[in-house]
Amino acid sequence: MAITLAHYLVASGLLFTIGIVGVITRRNALMILLAIELMLNAANLSFVAFSRALGHVTGQLFVFFIMIVAAAEVTVGLAIIIVMAKTRGATDADALRSLKW
Amino acid sequence: MLTPITFYAVTTLMIASALGVILARQPIYAVLSLVVTLGAMAALFVLLGAFFVAAIQVLVYAGAIMVLFLFVVMLLDLSPEVAHRARRQTLRGVGGALGLLFLVKLWHALRSLPGATTDLAAAAPLDGTTRAIGLRLFTTHGLPFELASVLVLVGVIGAIVLAKRTLD
Repeated sequence: MAITLAHYLVASGLLFTIGIVGVITRRNALMILLAIELMLNAANLSFVAFSRALGHVTGQLFVFFIMIVAAAEVTVGLAIIIVMAKTRGATDADALRSLKW
Repeated sequence: MLTPITFYAVTTLMIASALGVILARQPIYAVLSLVVTLGAMAALFVLLGAFFVAAIQVLVYAGAIMVLFLFVVMLLDLSPEVAHRARRQTLRGVGGALGLLFLVKLWHALRSLPGATTDLAAAAPLDGTTRAIGLRLFTTHGLPFELASVLVLVGVIGAIVLAKRTLD
């Protein structure tokens, strides 16, 4: 049985769904960031699979840009989490209820 | 044929460790699970012929970004989440329902996708080497590349500003 594009897309969809469920169910800001990483990687898998199916290398270039965005997002996100832990004593997403302090 | 077996084994490992990421009580186990997920995904990239992307995935993603996560987890000494039982149940219900809905929608989208059943082994060969990627990246996609570097610069400055506020 041959591996088709649909196989990779199903795997990517499952991974993305797991990421969504993680973002909704987990309350720790760090765990939410990890779930977002899962979703970004699911998108990456789709891009590379489509790149292979269409015979075009541009899909792989998109993966690079997604990785760069993910790195920037993680840097700022983790810095915010550290500030949150220092000032609020908690990394719970529910602890951030006011828009300014 | 070796490829289908490899695909199913790697995908099972990837999905299982992804579940581990969102189910782990301790953040450190979640981070380590994510490293396994990213490694399995690098193996899938190799199966797809995207060798350079696979190498970058291991070096930058599983290496650098996950080490950053590990540093923060160790630095903060996070305890397991404490939430009210009723609230946690509600969140799980909502999350599961939304996830299921999303899966159904994805399935419908996939059913109507033309060419979804193309055999990837029979598809046109693709050059996923460093040379091919670099040529594209620095010729036709030069502007996005420069913009990405600006984005990284903004990220670095943002992290410094945020960290400096903690030090003051």
